[in-house]
Amino acid sequence: MKHMTRKATRHISQNENLIFEKSSPGKAAWRLPPLDVPEVDAAKLLGKQERKDLGDLPEVSEIEIIRHFTRLSTWNYAIDLGMFPLGSCTMKYNPRVNEFVSRIEGLANGHPYQPMKISQGALRIIKTLSECLIEITGMDAITLQPAAGAHGELTGLLMVRAYHESKGNPRKKVLIPDSAHGTNPATAAMVGYAVENLKSNERGMVDVAALAAQMNEDVAALMVTNPNTLGVFEQEIHKIAELMHAKGGLLYMDGANMNALVGKARPGEFGVDVMHLNLHKTFSTPHGGGGPGSGPVAVKKILEPFLPKPTVISKPDGTLAFDYDRPQSVGRVRAFYGNFGMFIRALAYIFANGPDGLRQTTEDAVLNANYIRKGLEGVYDLPYDTPSMHEVVFSDKIQSKKGVRTMDLAKRLIDYGFHPYTTAFPLIVSGALMIEPTESEPKEELDLFIEAMKSMAEEVEEDAQFVLEAPHNTRVSRLDETQAARKPVLRWRPEHP
Amino acid sequence: MRYLPKSPADREAMLKAIGVRSMDDLFAPIPAEYRLSGDLNIPRQMAESEIVDWFKLRAKENAEGYTSFLGAGAYFHYRPVIIDALVQRGEFLTSYTPYQAEFAQGTLQAIFEFQTMISELTGMDLANASMYDGSTGAAEAVMMACRITGRSGAVIARSVHPEYREVLSTYATHQGIPVKTIGFAESGRIGAKELQQAVTDQTACVLIQSPNFFGTVEDVEAAAEIAHAKGALLVVSIAEAASLGIIEPPRTADIVSMEAQSFGVPLGFGGPYCGVLATKEKFVRQMPGRLAGQTVDKKGKRGFVLTLATREQHIRREKATSNICTNQALVALMVNIFMTVYGKVGLRELAKQNLAKAAYAADQFGKQAKVLFGGAPRFNEFVVQTSEDPYAINSRLLGHKIVGGLPLERFYPELGHAALWCCTELTTRSMIDTAVGLVAESERAVRSMKEAEEEVTL
Repeated sequence: MKHMTRKATRHISQNENLIFEKSSPGKAAWRLPPLDVPEVDAAKLLGKQERKDLGDLPEVSEIEIIRHFTRLSTWNYAIDLGMFPLGSCTMKYNPRVNEFVSRIEGLANGHPYQPMKISQGALRIIKTLSECLIEITGMDAITLQPAAGAHGELTGLLMVRAYHESKGNPRKKVLIPDSAHGTNPATAAMVGYAVENLKSNERGMVDVAALAAQMNEDVAALMVTNPNTLGVFEQEIHKIAELMHAKGGLLYMDGANMNALVGKARPGEFGVDVMHLNLHKTFSTPHGGGGPGSGPVAVKKILEPFLPKPTVISKPDGTLAFDYDRPQSVGRVRAFYGNFGMFIRALAYIFANGPDGLRQTTEDAVLNANYIRKGLEGVYDLPYDTPSMHEVVFSDKIQSKKGVRTMDLAKRLIDYGFHPYTTAFPLIVSGALMIEPTESEPKEELDLFIEAMKSMAEEVEEDAQFVLEAPHNTRVSRLDETQAARKPVLRWRPEHP
Repeated sequence: MRYLPKSPADREAMLKAIGVRSMDDLFAPIPAEYRLSGDLNIPRQMAESEIVDWFKLRAKENAEGYTSFLGAGAYFHYRPVIIDALVQRGEFLTSYTPYQAEFAQGTLQAIFEFQTMISELTGMDLANASMYDGSTGAAEAVMMACRITGRSGAVIARSVHPEYREVLSTYATHQGIPVKTIGFAESGRIGAKELQQAVTDQTACVLIQSPNFFGTVEDVEAAAEIAHAKGALLVVSIAEAASLGIIEPPRTADIVSMEAQSFGVPLGFGGPYCGVLATKEKFVRQMPGRLAGQTVDKKGKRGFVLTLATREQHIRREKATSNICTNQALVALMVNIFMTVYGKVGLRELAKQNLAKAAYAADQFGKQAKVLFGGAPRFNEFVVQTSEDPYAINSRLLGHKIVGGLPLERFYPELGHAALWCCTELTTRSMIDTAVGLVAESERAVRSMKEAEEEVTL
């Protein structure tokens, strides 16, 4: 390594084949109890529907499985190992008590159709979390049913559509700023709306004059992320809301960046009509290598009749129950009640924080982002000097003069022992480096990160080629994505079928 | 706050380095009138012990220590303990979607293995990295079929999980997908004739479930023939993955949408679960969701990456195959470990036990009440029709710490006093006998009451 890093040292890493390559007939990791009812003749019961062969499923022993997955795990980077500054993803600490309480017998084994009488604990969890999230967002009502953020967007826009339909006209389009997440336009299309792009102004915010010009009675809603994907608070949010409302449109807020607001400001108070939250971002439920998420949608009173069913209600005798009698509901967006296991974790997180902890969390998240911004100003180009909230977006303008782009820098950062920031997003910044440290990083880790970023910038000046060939210290070097896409190999097959 | 790694001195030093006087300065971009001055009205900060106690109390209010005969899309199978031991490793639990492949080979290789095993099990060529759940997966499969065929109609069996059908109807409403529903015959299966009449050359796909909501195994081949004859695709939804150990997979289907919760995922009051789509090779570019693919690094070494991303929303935006942005990676890992533990032989033995338990239970119930849909094979669920309202029966069973079958009145009022019962490898014979005994008692009571009434009328 050219420059030394204080963060990471190379270490032995075990090799491990695919599990199928370890399989051989007769090995087993399972044992069933003896059958206490008469055996059945599957052929007789099932006839031609009987399956005779399970193909190439593995046969391995328990120790091999433990080693297999443990070895694989060591090839991953994780929050538990260090800072994970993926902008817009909010990779914060995932508290272990969340995992513990979600596995308590009686919660983990609750069947979604068990009688209400013996589901009061689960219903109480849903209701308590709902109340907390309504208070945090300043909205009036909520559904926890959506399984992820994008699913929440879908649910929110379905409600927007149902609302407009109830007024006699579903309207035709949804306005989306050019800085938005890709899920926003993809969702609008799924709900049957045309997408109209909204340009950002020179400060990286919604161009209010452009919005005024584009807003008309065909527009169902504006989907705005606030703070937006540059980490910038939309200071004219109230004017934006007024413009929408004046022409009968609704304001949708993508809550991806709610980690900048919790306990400090409430979207319900600045004109938002409908918003989704990501429990796996703001409320500490684990990302788990890409899910499960959970995407509750909070709404103002005017949208409450359209919430997915069922909702949880209190009965006169004080017990809780599901309410299916909701004639104006958009229907169901998922079987059962949503990712309940994530509700438990999010609520445990809220309990652990309380009002003071949540506020301090938000403050620390913003403090950390600004500390990094200060530390790297001048070293990396800052395309918008508008004040940052919880994340900061640099560009590769300086380094690209040497032919080094944001993705190359990201790969080199891996050698320094950090997970890369988000690359090439938002689209309004050419060669973006989007950095979100979250509140979970101590000052020492931030200093190491700044040091690594500075060191990389020096390497670009000294030996750009070395950076272009990174990563140098991972078990695989840069992978050929073109080949993967051109001739997709999406599963293992035996060599001698 | 115990999760925050900073001392007051750290904060002071950082504010100073940034060049601001106070935390408030950092929040100046938020207009003052929207900045909260007071505390949120939520419970106060709790100690870890208090949090654990609170949730333990909630668990007590739930069904702790009950024996359950509920299935209906959520199944109680044994979960080998190594599943939780492995998925709680921080490197899996606290990592992100593996976009930076060189730093996420563990997750990627696990997904690749998952895709392989799901393909094998479902009899399809390929599978994706998972979907939210079986209900949304089925809706996405129908949308996928519309893209492939360039048609827009869907024919769906009423024996598909009622909540899956509700989700499909929510999704289909704004995509201009007319949905036609077909009923079930006396055998519990879809009627071939009715299906034939429903499928036209405008139909994009037929969606059936097998085993269906009543536990009956459908004749997939017959349905495929009817669909294909009109150029439509066949989508098969599988809610009980354990059935694949002993039931022939739907090889003639074009898309399989499976809920894999049975494979090591806790019931968890309905989620998170693990949907997954599998399909034929020629349709893969129309499939939503993430895909891991094999490739090589610069030195020719095998490695894995997320691939075919040009289908996805972060590249294609409003033209993407779906708005989906996450999968259920950690839950898919549970499924993956479960499939690895049971493997080629164990999954078959597991399924055989389910088959035997349900066959025994259906037999026993059949002696006391009417078991519907006897004309076709079933897996681990069956429908029992009683004289008494199943809600009333169930509330008596609750007194014996037994949760009876799911009353079907809400979904299928035409079946009268019917309930859907499920037995898995965890259902013991003595539990079955107790439940059957209690149902028999109620049947006898209703009969003698009726006889008494008749005497009075006489």
